[in-house]
Amino acid sequence: MTPTPVTIAAEDGQARNPALPTPESALAMRGMTVSYGEKPAVFSVDATFPAGAMSAIIGPNGAGKSTLLKASLGVVPRLSGAVTVFGTPIEKARDRIAYVPQRASVDWDFPTTVIDVVQMGLYRKVGLLGRLSGAAAQQARTCLDRVGMADFADRQIGQLSGGQQQRVFLARALVQDADLYLLDEPFAGVDAATERAIIDVLKLLKSEGKSVVAVHHDLATARGYFDHVFLINVRRIAEGPVETTFTAENLNATYGGRLSATHVDELTLTGGAA
Amino acid sequence: MSPFLDALLLQAGYNAALVGIGAGLLGFAAGSSGTFLFLRKRALVSDAVAHATLPGVGLAFIVMVALGGDGRSLAGLLIGSAVTAWIGLMLIEWITRRTRLAEDAAIGAVLGVFFGLGIVLLTVIQTMSAGRQAGLEGFLLGSTAGMLFEDAIIIAVGGSVAVFATWLLRRPMTLVAFDPDYAAALGYDVRRIDLMMMGLAMAVTVIGLKLVGLILIVAMLIIPSVTARFWTERAHHVVWIAGGIGGVSGYVGAAISASAPSMPTGPVIVLVAAGAFAISLLFAPVRGVVASLLRHRRFQVRVHRRQGLLALAHQHPIREPFTLRLLAREGLVRADGVATQAGRAQAAKVSRDERRWAIAREIHQDAGLTGRYDGLTPIEEVFTADEIGEFDRRLGAPVGLGGGS
Repeated sequence: MTPTPVTIAAEDGQARNPALPTPESALAMRGMTVSYGEKPAVFSVDATFPAGAMSAIIGPNGAGKSTLLKASLGVVPRLSGAVTVFGTPIEKARDRIAYVPQRASVDWDFPTTVIDVVQMGLYRKVGLLGRLSGAAAQQARTCLDRVGMADFADRQIGQLSGGQQQRVFLARALVQDADLYLLDEPFAGVDAATERAIIDVLKLLKSEGKSVVAVHHDLATARGYFDHVFLINVRRIAEGPVETTFTAENLNATYGGRLSATHVDELTLTGGAA
Repeated sequence: MSPFLDALLLQAGYNAALVGIGAGLLGFAAGSSGTFLFLRKRALVSDAVAHATLPGVGLAFIVMVALGGDGRSLAGLLIGSAVTAWIGLMLIEWITRRTRLAEDAAIGAVLGVFFGLGIVLLTVIQTMSAGRQAGLEGFLLGSTAGMLFEDAIIIAVGGSVAVFATWLLRRPMTLVAFDPDYAAALGYDVRRIDLMMMGLAMAVTVIGLKLVGLILIVAMLIIPSVTARFWTERAHHVVWIAGGIGGVSGYVGAAISASAPSMPTGPVIVLVAAGAFAISLLFAPVRGVVASLLRHRRFQVRVHRRQGLLALAHQHPIREPFTLRLLAREGLVRADGVATQAGRAQAAKVSRDERRWAIAREIHQDAGLTGRYDGLTPIEEVFTADEIGEFDRRLGAPVGLGGGS
């Protein structure tokens, strides 16, 4: 393997020879900048999320967490930057990725049932004309069962609670049978039972060797749920294993003093639990 | 037979039969292919696109006359209309993407400017010697007077293509309408699918231009799917129900207009569709206004009954007149608000249910079952008799239930 040196301007403006994306990284970004209008939401971010691990993207509101995820998927356009998935440019690895968008991003009065939504995860695979009955339908039902929603298959999606809607979105991602799962605030506004169910599914995915990257807002649970953290506030603040990176110092740098000292102490002390 | 039945049975003459069949086919194509515009919440874009056909009609006429032709060739006029409609659509896209203007502003601007330009061109054509008999005004509100066999063929072929394309693209279009971010993440080109959706509506607009006219075609694209939405909770059913409603409205509307002297076809079709909409709005089984009023009323009754009985159990006074009337009607309270024998029994039962729920929520803390507590659902619907027996045991000595069950 002879690495070709690629030169990309890093956030300090100096040329840098980036670590080449290795197959061990599930998701890697280099020099990623995203801007709404002329105010960068994410500025020149490099990030590497290890394969086979559960990683969290953490930062305050408006820090560009969701934007980073959406831009890496091409859901919002990026101004600059390259994204690789398991060492392959993301455009060529679409079938290895499953995305769980924020629940609030869709209209839940849309005329569709739970099973229909889960089957959407198969559209790419079966194409325009492929059959969605038989094996495909069975697959969808199995995934609904994995998130504990099998009894709701024929409900209109608007009749579900927030937590149930989130589980349906997770089932839709599961049916894709991907290697990398990208989740945008999967625990936002869900009940405790759903949070438990989702984290169990994610941990099971990890045990199957899959990789998970989630935008996460709850500092109290970060340590218990994730192996790897990426701290962001428009720019990259820190990244690494949760034990060494999820520290008071880094959190203060990320939140810019918006966290009270006691809060941080509490997190660091009790972090191991959950 | 009445003229209306004649028309319905295609016995009202060659022209009326052509119009009826054409309008039915057009209605089906418009209803089904318009569904995704409705689901994507972009119905009004098609209105702007329809208005943007007018300058194309005028320009095509001028060009054909300038080339020494007749100017009235329908195919030529439709090609012209498609060109400016496409330009209008691209302009809306461009304005929305490249400026800070929202889509509604872009729609307003494009609709107004293109329609104005079209009217100016039509006026210019009126003054041209060749334009006296052009009859281009028919494209505004549609005209059926001179409908030819070839016009019906254009509708049949164009409509079939639009319906086929709608069927073929139903999955990506559903996905983009429901969750465009997820579609993009799967690797679909959302912008292109949006364009295809719009392109389908545009194609239907162009082929329907002569029959229904550009002002009302938006109604044929949208009313059927809005109507169909009342009857189903699945997007692909909406498509075909909308097609059916559109087709029937087109056919029946054409028959009505053929059976009465000088009734305009396009507007009558739209009114028939609007009738179907009104009926659905009122009487659809789940989403209709009557059904939801009834549902709300039943819910209100359950809430008041429960509250009233709990008040009796705790010997609080009932102040709500509605609650009192309700309980009195069931013979649970006397006219002066004092509980009857039956009322006391019911109250004890409800109060016991509450206490059982309280225990259930205490000891079953994490189960999804206790989540079903809403103050209304009887505990027997959620827990088994054995479990309830356990709750009663924890409640302590059985409470005197005064003939409670």
